Amino acid sequence: MDSAQIIIQALNGLSYGLLLFLLATGLSLIFGLMGVINLAHGSFYMLGAYVGLAIINLTGNFVLALLGAALILAFVGILVERFFIQRLYKRELDQVLLTFGFAYIFMDVAKWIWGGTPRSLPKPPFLNSSLNILGEAFPVYRIAMIIIGLFVALALWLFLERTRVGAVIRAGVDDQEMVKAMGINIKIFFTGIFALGAFLAAFGGVIGGPIMGAYLGLDFNILVLALAVVVVGGLGTLKGAFWGSILIGFIETFGKVFFINFAIVTIYIAMALILIFKPAGLLGKEESY
Amino acid sequence: MKALEIKNISKSYGGLDVLINVYFTLEQGERRAIIGPNGAGKTSLFNIISGIIKPDSGEIYLLGQNVTRLSTYLRSRLGLARTFQRNTLFNNLSILDNVELALHSTKSDSNIKDILRNWGLWDKRKVIVKELSYGEQRQIEILLALVQSPKIIILDEPTAGMSPMETKTITEMIKSLSRDITVLIIEHDMDVVFNLADGISVLHNGQILCEGSPDEIKSNPLVKEVYLGTDH
Amino acid sequence: MISILNKLIPAETNLPWLAKVTMLLILVLLPFILSSYGLSLLTKVLIFGLFAMSLDILVGFTGLVSFNHASFFGVAAYTVGILVNRGFENFWLLLIPGIAIALLLAGLLGLLILRSSGAYFLMITLAFGQMLFALAWKWRSLTGGDDDGLPGIGRPEIGLPISMWNEQNFYFLVLILFIGSFLLIKKVIKSPFGKSIVGTRENELRMQSLGYNTWLIKYISYIIAAGFAALAGILYTYFNGFISPQELDWSMSGYILLMVIIGGAGTLVGPVVGAAVIIILQNLISTYTELWPLFMGLIFILCVLFARDGIVGSLLKLYQKKVGEMK
Repeated sequence: MDSAQIIIQALNGLSYGLLLFLLATGLSLIFGLMGVINLAHGSFYMLGAYVGLAIINLTGNFVLALLGAALILAFVGILVERFFIQRLYKRELDQVLLTFGFAYIFMDVAKWIWGGTPRSLPKPPFLNSSLNILGEAFPVYRIAMIIIGLFVALALWLFLERTRVGAVIRAGVDDQEMVKAMGINIKIFFTGIFALGAFLAAFGGVIGGPIMGAYLGLDFNILVLALAVVVVGGLGTLKGAFWGSILIGFIETFGKVFFINFAIVTIYIAMALILIFKPAGLLGKEESY
Repeated sequence: MKALEIKNISKSYGGLDVLINVYFTLEQGERRAIIGPNGAGKTSLFNIISGIIKPDSGEIYLLGQNVTRLSTYLRSRLGLARTFQRNTLFNNLSILDNVELALHSTKSDSNIKDILRNWGLWDKRKVIVKELSYGEQRQIEILLALVQSPKIIILDEPTAGMSPMETKTITEMIKSLSRDITVLIIEHDMDVVFNLADGISVLHNGQILCEGSPDEIKSNPLVKEVYLGTDH
Repeated sequence: MISILNKLIPAETNLPWLAKVTMLLILVLLPFILSSYGLSLLTKVLIFGLFAMSLDILVGFTGLVSFNHASFFGVAAYTVGILVNRGFENFWLLLIPGIAIALLLAGLLGLLILRSSGAYFLMITLAFGQMLFALAWKWRSLTGGDDDGLPGIGRPEIGLPISMWNEQNFYFLVLILFIGSFLLIKKVIKSPFGKSIVGTRENELRMQSLGYNTWLIKYISYIIAAGFAALAGILYTYFNGFISPQELDWSMSGYILLMVIIGGAGTLVGPVVGAAVIIILQNLISTYTELWPLFMGLIFILCVLFARDGIVGSLLKLYQKKVGEMK
């Protein structure tokens, strides 16, 4: 592997990692605040890709598809949280099982509507070219992915660190009782963070669409990667989700170069090592696991 | 050999010092009370002694053995038993199940029968614990610690929330314990403390403020100021 | 720690002996009444009933909601399937590597995942389960991958002049192993160790304060559960004659978990009832529509929302209430 290839692969890893970040950050924040692992999180990603494709087919507009799919699934997220998960307030494990039930439903609905054939999302025309990096062609779309991922990370960081709502969310991750003692209706925050998670997951589904496509089984394939991210990075923090995503993105990308078919195994080896030596994750809070 | 030695234990959570260099020792057979206002770090100290949380620094010796790095269950096997402040029984199991678990035995042998008879619980042995009254639950809390035949028992507010009658029963029961057992107790009820304890340690803002006999503590102006004065 | 699934009914759940004999009689006589299709469904119910019972050791009794139980089922199924295809025949000897490899896997995974609990535990088991699924999918030279799978396994050779190609004979082999496993699991649950796993589920901290090594208790429980899941997997291999990576997938783990929940976690009999209900429902619904997973999701949600104790759990509660009123 020469240096040009290394740079190309590093950029691939970075773009892939930032795509995972879109998914993992919601998963992580939902767990941090609500104590719920949303097992339908990958389904939001998959449905995002399908809905995005439908909108592109209808309008031909990628940006519209991106926002439309994200908003539609955020709305679905609100319904799921408000009318189902909230009914089991404080029964976190049952809430997880509930999201699992929804994963089945979403999977079957997707199969029903879009059938079993894998689809691919077209790249937006204005990003459908490639750059020359040290003699190797690199798609502009991947660069756009990196920029968008970094932009979302920055926006989330500003939101959590610099706004009052963000402060409440951070406080809620640390100590829910305290937030309640401040007289804040935490349930609204639960719905909000769940919807935000669904929004980002579906957003990711459309962004990742031109690369990963939309197919049945994508839901759990991508969910497991997001789980790996939060195990490695640590649950409940933006920082953990960010660096965990980048790390898993790199491991997956370089794993593919060296092991081709068994790249996925390299991720689990990383996960196993983290579980042995740092069970709360690289940047997790000791108490949160 | 001392029963329990707490050597310079410190613990902080995210910049908040819960315990600072706590140091005290217990002779074998001693009854020691720890008093102090809420938030003084008493329960944290108990959790460190029983191994549920790890101290940031300092050491703990149990019957001469350094147990600082030992897990909770191994400390228990060395002869340390504890009760919890909030009821943490096996709430969905019967009294009999609870006692059997504490005894590490499932045979309903005469031993269990005797114990439950003595405590007046034999007829209720099949009752699920969560259906008992609060006072009865607190009683079982102590029973579970005692049936392990511990060498050291640490009691976290055993009479909290009890009626005067129940408090009296519990106090007498602790008092009647064999002098082979060393007792460390957290207690808010000063009558209970002065009735039971050979010695008292006052914990304030995570530090041992002073130690002494009940009489010394009663007349200590510092203690009156931080604790007795405000709480009574 | 996050509280466990349901508040198990700890009181004696022993049925009167008459009921036991009746149930046994029904299981023995049914194959002579049922059509061959019905018999095949009943065999499937017993195999998945055993599988669900093994999961109940974890979910109901130990309080660990494991999401990779299909791993042990599938790994044992593959082990035996691969050996059969390479010419090994004796069923009883094949049980050894099949179960041993599942125990070994549980021993290894247990070291990694049992430091966590609640939702975190569930998540890590799911992740490792999907790893094994991916492995079975990609390791074509060994497993045949997804398209081919592992076909042509046939029926077990039990060393007696009885043909297992006869559906009734095979049913009775499954029935004997099912009843043997049921009695064995029941014995474990009633033993001091069984009491200690329930204690760990109810209150881990208290158990530690009482001198129990709760990590070890959970670890052993995890391994035992894997062993019985492996037996179910091996029987399934012969029943189905074909294995695919699907047997290790999350959807399989969820399928079994649903049986445990709908039947009643922590009741041991419940999961078998759950297996019967789900398998019969699946067959009924599948004749009308292809949307079985959708219905499964709906049943999952309804169960979690409204029938958390499951069928057997609710019946037991009702029964205990009645007994209570009579007193």
